[in-house]
Amino acid sequence: MSAYDKVLLARAKDRPTGLSYIENIFTGFMELHGDRRFADDPAIVGGLAQLGGMPVTVIAMEKGGDMKDKVRRNFGAPNPEGYRKALRLMKQAEKFHRPVVCFVDTSGAYCGLGAEERGQGQAIAENLVEMAGLATPIVSILIGEGGSGGALALAVADQVWILENAVYSVISPEGCASILWKDPKRVKDAADCLRLTARDMEELGVVERVIPEGEGRDFAPAYAQIKEGLLALLPQLLAMPPEELLEKRYQRFRAF
Amino acid sequence: MNLMGLFRSPQNELEKGGKEAEDQGIRNSCPRCGVQLPLTDLQENLNVCSACGYHFRVGPRERVFFICDEGSFQELDSDLMSRDLLGFPSYDQKLRNAKLASREKEGVLCGAAQVEGVACAVFCMDHNFMMGSMGTVVGEKITRLFEYATQHSLPVVGFTVSGGARMQEGILSLMQMAKTSAALKKHSDAGNFYLTVLTDPTLGGITASFAMDGDVIMAEPGATIGFAGPRVIEQTIRKKLPQGFQTAEFLLEHGFVDLIVPRGGQRQAIAQLLRLHGPAVLNPAEKEKEGAAV
Repeated sequence: MSAYDKVLLARAKDRPTGLSYIENIFTGFMELHGDRRFADDPAIVGGLAQLGGMPVTVIAMEKGGDMKDKVRRNFGAPNPEGYRKALRLMKQAEKFHRPVVCFVDTSGAYCGLGAEERGQGQAIAENLVEMAGLATPIVSILIGEGGSGGALALAVADQVWILENAVYSVISPEGCASILWKDPKRVKDAADCLRLTARDMEELGVVERVIPEGEGRDFAPAYAQIKEGLLALLPQLLAMPPEELLEKRYQRFRAF
Repeated sequence: MNLMGLFRSPQNELEKGGKEAEDQGIRNSCPRCGVQLPLTDLQENLNVCSACGYHFRVGPRERVFFICDEGSFQELDSDLMSRDLLGFPSYDQKLRNAKLASREKEGVLCGAAQVEGVACAVFCMDHNFMMGSMGTVVGEKITRLFEYATQHSLPVVGFTVSGGARMQEGILSLMQMAKTSAALKKHSDAGNFYLTVLTDPTLGGITASFAMDGDVIMAEPGATIGFAGPRVIEQTIRKKLPQGFQTAEFLLEHGFVDLIVPRGGQRQAIAQLLRLHGPAVLNPAEKEKEGAAV
């Protein structure tokens, strides 16, 4: 399977989106809305849930279900208020010392007039800094498209996992082909060159774990693996003194 | 042939002038107002158009020359050079060309310096090196500078100019955004001051990381500053952008920049900000002066 085939799989319409992961892995999800500054961004959902009886802050990018829902959620391209809501919920998690689990799935942060006016760059920048210093465990899981800074803004974590057919890249293959070669048709070459598959992420040390998807479109085994993995990992991370946790997180990114 | 000669920094104003003239294509014509500017006048005016105030882009060593006290700049990590880590087509060639175009080894110049006698750590990005794009070496140099500044309790003054993360190093470039952010967080948590000066253009992953993290954010007049590039936005919204969108002035109006300072005033403004971030204790000599002035 070529790298570009993986890109197409990561974008496939029948692929489960953020809310499916929340519903299938956690219990009792209560969505909390708004960034307390401007608006509630439906492209990022967040709130509280339980995992094995433990409270967890869950944040997920959500591309939407039917067309109406997709439009409402801006096809999963967050605006600054989405990142600010995510940060608000993470700060809450830090206060109550519960872990944060993020599900990442976006073609990128939204490139629109309002997004620029309200500081898209600043919102992402703030998340990167604050997540580097958030004194509670963070696990981020790339479930579909990991589109550049807009994805990284929920992926500065103690561990980063990726689904077998998800991708993570500094730029879309389309963007890369048109900027570098002025030829949008060379997307396949660009996908190869960018090294954006789950296997690449593992080889480059960008992720700790690749979650297998199997052959069919049944994601139940993947949900089960993630759940089992989180149940094993989160108590370990919670048991770590905050200084140690943060130093390990620092070294994780310092290594690149 | 001694290749190192290609990478040395400009030895005198003449060499710098030659480079600048090449870069701008048309020797002395202001791209904004079209006025013909004698090269020597332009350089004396810090590469700002004397007719309309247009700020020409300048290289990192000229920045240091404009801002830092003479002879105070000590370069750090000058030997770090990028490699083609992912086997990306033509990246080696692009790196060679960038070295020739910029006469630098990488896209950011870092060092320790003084501004009006105040010690600080300085980084200046370089538009001549692949448009200041950030790969692993740019990220590493900036991270090391923050670590150095943290260790020595120094403020950091950073001049940004960049198209964003460097595509040719793929996901490793993206990781530099997290790496630099984590380093500046440590610097900040230790109570140190960080000043960014946003220059034309500051875009993409740079805006979305250390450019927007300054305790104080200064910008050069007219600089393009944003997350998405103007063309990408126009393609997304299928409309022309309004006049002045994503300029320094636009960001000031929307509350994302503290102040806009023309190049000629930057040295003094930076020094003043550095002094104002010193310890908040009364200084009897200054108190005396203030009293006398009333």
